[in-house]
Amino acid sequence: MVRARPYAGATLGVLVASSEQTKRFIRRFAALIDEHAAELTELDSAIGDADHGINMRRGTQAALERIETLDGAAPADVLKATAMALISKVGGASGPLYGTAFLRAADAAAGKEKLEPRDVAAVFAAMLAGVRDRGHANVGEKTMVDALEPATQTLGEAVDRGDSLLAALQAAHAAAQVGSDSTIPMIAQKGRASYLGERSRGHRDPGSASTVLLFEAAAQSLADG
Amino acid sequence: MKKLINAIDKIVDESCAGLAAAHPSLVRFNAEPRYVARARATGAGKVVLVSGGGSGHEPLHGGYVGRGMLDAACPGEVFTSPVPDQMYAAGKAVDAGGGVLLIVKNYTGDVMNFELAAEMLGAEGIKTRTVLVADDVAVKDSLYTTGRRGVGNTVFVEKLAGAAAERKLPLEEVERIARKASEAGRSMGLALTSCTVPAKGSPTFELGDGEMEIGIGIHGEPGRERIKLTPADKIVDALYGPVAEDLKLAKGDRVLVMTNGMGSTPLLELYLAHRRVDELLRKAGVTIVDALVGNYITSLDMQGCSITIARVDDELAALWSEPVHTPALRWAC
Repeated sequence: MVRARPYAGATLGVLVASSEQTKRFIRRFAALIDEHAAELTELDSAIGDADHGINMRRGTQAALERIETLDGAAPADVLKATAMALISKVGGASGPLYGTAFLRAADAAAGKEKLEPRDVAAVFAAMLAGVRDRGHANVGEKTMVDALEPATQTLGEAVDRGDSLLAALQAAHAAAQVGSDSTIPMIAQKGRASYLGERSRGHRDPGSASTVLLFEAAAQSLADG
Repeated sequence: MKKLINAIDKIVDESCAGLAAAHPSLVRFNAEPRYVARARATGAGKVVLVSGGGSGHEPLHGGYVGRGMLDAACPGEVFTSPVPDQMYAAGKAVDAGGGVLLIVKNYTGDVMNFELAAEMLGAEGIKTRTVLVADDVAVKDSLYTTGRRGVGNTVFVEKLAGAAAERKLPLEEVERIARKASEAGRSMGLALTSCTVPAKGSPTFELGDGEMEIGIGIHGEPGRERIKLTPADKIVDALYGPVAEDLKLAKGDRVLVMTNGMGSTPLLELYLAHRRVDELLRKAGVTIVDALVGNYITSLDMQGCSITIARVDDELAALWSEPVHTPALRWAC
């Protein structure tokens, strides 16, 4: 199961996210997807079409290649390159959803060399808005929104409180996990799983599981930096 | 698994290459990004039709590229939506200045990938419209599902909209006709056996010797119910009933009808089944404008069939009879 792990070197010292840190975030996300690919596919085979892990791995590996060729780019460039790779390579519903999320993230980060904690919260809020616009899903419909929305909200509140970015991302990761857990008893109302109706109950939504990894990656990349 | 395959990851490309090799005067194949387009460019100003979807439903969609039907088709991996780069590249390649109409079967992945492609084409200044096909009555159309799946009526929509585009009608008109055709048709299918997705290598679901699954989708998605195998006429009745009911078919209606094979059903059986479809329509006082019997939208090697009925008026009936010349559908030329 996707579980929170301890953060090595967690400190309150990091205040900003540079382009190098944004790259580290993408690398960490790709690594976590790779590590959990079989598990994501297994979740998808229960209520979908058994390819979420395979597709996300193909997309995040393509993103890795693209961001390595960006030299000294701003955070927005890293996020945009990731978006284009995911859109081109993932397919299914996850490609457009994660792709749109990263495109909106790039828009939100545009023109900034460094992302202050408030900017990072705005980047994730933009990702949530992108996913909602593309997929038209609300909380409670057994989708990635069930993890993404509470995590984004938690992140925003923590930053507003003046928490360090690392602490805020850790809290967001925990909220994503709780949100993903909440999809298990739900009946799917979006996507291929919705054809199953009542039979979709009792299974974790695979998109919510990969969303947990997104926040885990964000927190870890900062902690490692 | 016994299939004609060289390598799993080459199936779609090699099949598309074969389609182009078999019909060089009709279609060409572009490998990267992957699309099948008409061999010859269409006249300036014509609206171009671009469709696509997961592979495994052949002849849909590549087999319907040609005069009077599609201008390009974008095949995804088996049962997986194509990515936006494909529709973007295909749309740009075949655009003749009259705009692009995207015909999309209603599946979450397809809808989102085509939506992104439409935004990318729009950003290039190419006028783009989208029409969804959602005709499978086996799926409840409610706020609590993703909506009906697009199945057999896709063939009718692509033919009727294709004829409208060939008349050099403007984009808004071609879109209106595609939408009208989409709303006119309903389908339902059944499986006698499961299909086997090559990448998985084993049947998608298990069906006992004496069982069949009513209301199956074209990807082996579960249907409405699993029941005991019955004689063919009873099976046809079980498919026809919900379709006719949903369409509110009435005496005097005129229809197009398709008795479609899922990939591994002999024509012997399809014609036998169609005999009953024809009988039911006549009994209901419905006039059959035209009938298609054969493999038009398949589910790999699944055994089974689907029935699609579309109500037509003078406008749609006239468009139906106009010339079409594609690898899989041809008449009047």
